[in-house]
Amino acid sequence: MIKTKGSKIVTQDDVRYIASLSRISLRDEEMARLTRNLEDILHYVRKLEEVDVRHIEPTSHVLPLKNVYREDRMRPSLTREDALQIAVQQHEGFFKVPKVIQ
Amino acid sequence: MNQVVQQKYETVIGLEVHLQLKTETKIFCGCANVFGREPNAQVCPVCLGLPGTLPVLNKKALAYAMKAALALNCQINSFIKFDRKNYYYPDLPKGYQISQYDNPIASHGYLEIPAEDGRVKRITIKRAHLEEDAGKLIHDEGTNSSLVDYNRTGTPLMEIVTEPDLRSSQEAYDYLQNLKLTLQYLNVSDCDMEKGSLRCDANISIRETGDPCLGTKTELKNMNSFKAVKAALEFEERRQQKALESGERIVQETRLWDEGRGATVSMRSKEEAHDYRYFPEPDLVPFVVDEGVIDTIRRSIPELPQQKYKRFRSEYKLSDYDANIMVQDADVANFFEACARLYPQPKKICNWIQGPLLQELNARKAHVRDLRMTPEYLTTIIRKTDENVLSNLAAKEAFQHVMETGKSADEVIEQKGLAQVSDSGILESVVEEVIRDNEKVAGQIREGKESAVGFLVGQAMRKTQGKANPKILGELIRRRLLA
Repeated sequence: MIKTKGSKIVTQDDVRYIASLSRISLRDEEMARLTRNLEDILHYVRKLEEVDVRHIEPTSHVLPLKNVYREDRMRPSLTREDALQIAVQQHEGFFKVPKVIQ
Repeated sequence: MNQVVQQKYETVIGLEVHLQLKTETKIFCGCANVFGREPNAQVCPVCLGLPGTLPVLNKKALAYAMKAALALNCQINSFIKFDRKNYYYPDLPKGYQISQYDNPIASHGYLEIPAEDGRVKRITIKRAHLEEDAGKLIHDEGTNSSLVDYNRTGTPLMEIVTEPDLRSSQEAYDYLQNLKLTLQYLNVSDCDMEKGSLRCDANISIRETGDPCLGTKTELKNMNSFKAVKAALEFEERRQQKALESGERIVQETRLWDEGRGATVSMRSKEEAHDYRYFPEPDLVPFVVDEGVIDTIRRSIPELPQQKYKRFRSEYKLSDYDANIMVQDADVANFFEACARLYPQPKKICNWIQGPLLQELNARKAHVRDLRMTPEYLTTIIRKTDENVLSNLAAKEAFQHVMETGKSADEVIEQKGLAQVSDSGILESVVEEVIRDNEKVAGQIREGKESAVGFLVGQAMRKTQGKANPKILGELIRRRLLA
């Protein structure tokens, strides 16, 4: 996504695409504002390009922790009633959602 | 499609197998990992993806995955991490699936399948990773809604991906058979396609024979059995051949196998490329597995079916066919070996297991360990048959009685009076009687018609209710009439 210096980094098409991936619908003025915002953020982050990272392993986690497990032991689940409380719609013990066919 | 066209093209197949691991609990929470409960009865805030919850990896899920990976000759990677695969679908409550992208559990493995003239072919396993299963969606016919059951959400899934090394639907079928058998020996999954604990997607392309470049592939889904995988691949191979022959191009797409029509059908989804925006899962720390732990798991792997097959061929001199049948179930293989140790007649033992024993197992839908037959009892029956104490018929009867009552073979033979009469004193008087009653036939034998001896043996057997030893009877009759 990061192109040559000085040029626009983010286009409205990029924002439209990201919005569609995130299932967000945007009005035209929101689209324009978000494109500017993202542009500013990426310009700010571009500072990082000045750092020489050739000899540094990519970082996936910042916590000094590894190998955190749980034993394979059962714990009580929610009751169905409790689980379904968060359902916007339900039907015979199922969560009911608008029809989706992939 | 004619032979020439089929030979013009080479088929290239790669398989992705998803395997549910049979841990007690889900991969990232303590909900039960059980199939078939009423909907949404085993869910909790973690697997429902409620805000503020954190996943914690089930140690046993990782151990099972490593065990399977090691059995598939994979290298366990020194640095393992999880990643988020982002997409929206209602069976995925979080809006992402916790999976693994660039640091999977294992890679660079292989599985052997049978090749021509008794050789084997190695199918390379590219990678094996752990992820969480999604929920189950039911599309409510005739309404505008779908129903979701999140019981399956968070079931530990292992994905095993091959390189495009397979060259025919038969090789794909053999790979799946061997994979399933190996995994069943490890006891890490039920591998039941009907229950969805083993699922398989296939990538297939064709190219002109000799072309080093791969053709455009299609991805096949929705196959419910190994036979369906084979049939779908065969259909797709012909479809692609016909398309290329008539100058069309193959479109890269996902196609669903329609079992009823026996055809693959394009999903015709909006052809926007998937963009999962993988990134490291911040809620799970990375894993670095100690060599000692890997060694312990490696040592826990039993002798695998391919090794057992080779050993049975050389150690017991079993035929290809016999050895194959004996290793199809680890418990059957162990039963066979226990018998062979007690009574070194492997071929005879093999025949008894393949015949009566497996028939009983299938008829009762039972498992070897549920049977009342033990290696001791079975070898007693075989030995007594060899020693002519039991006739073949009496042996079968003894077998049935042991299966039904659980009494020992000796007890059954004794109580049912199954032992043959070999006492020549008793048998001689029976022979005398039979010759007297069948003077005409006896006369023919005296004149040299030796084939009639069998008739007199039969008569004598009837007189003794089948308990006489027919071999001794035959000898006695011959001695009496031909000497």
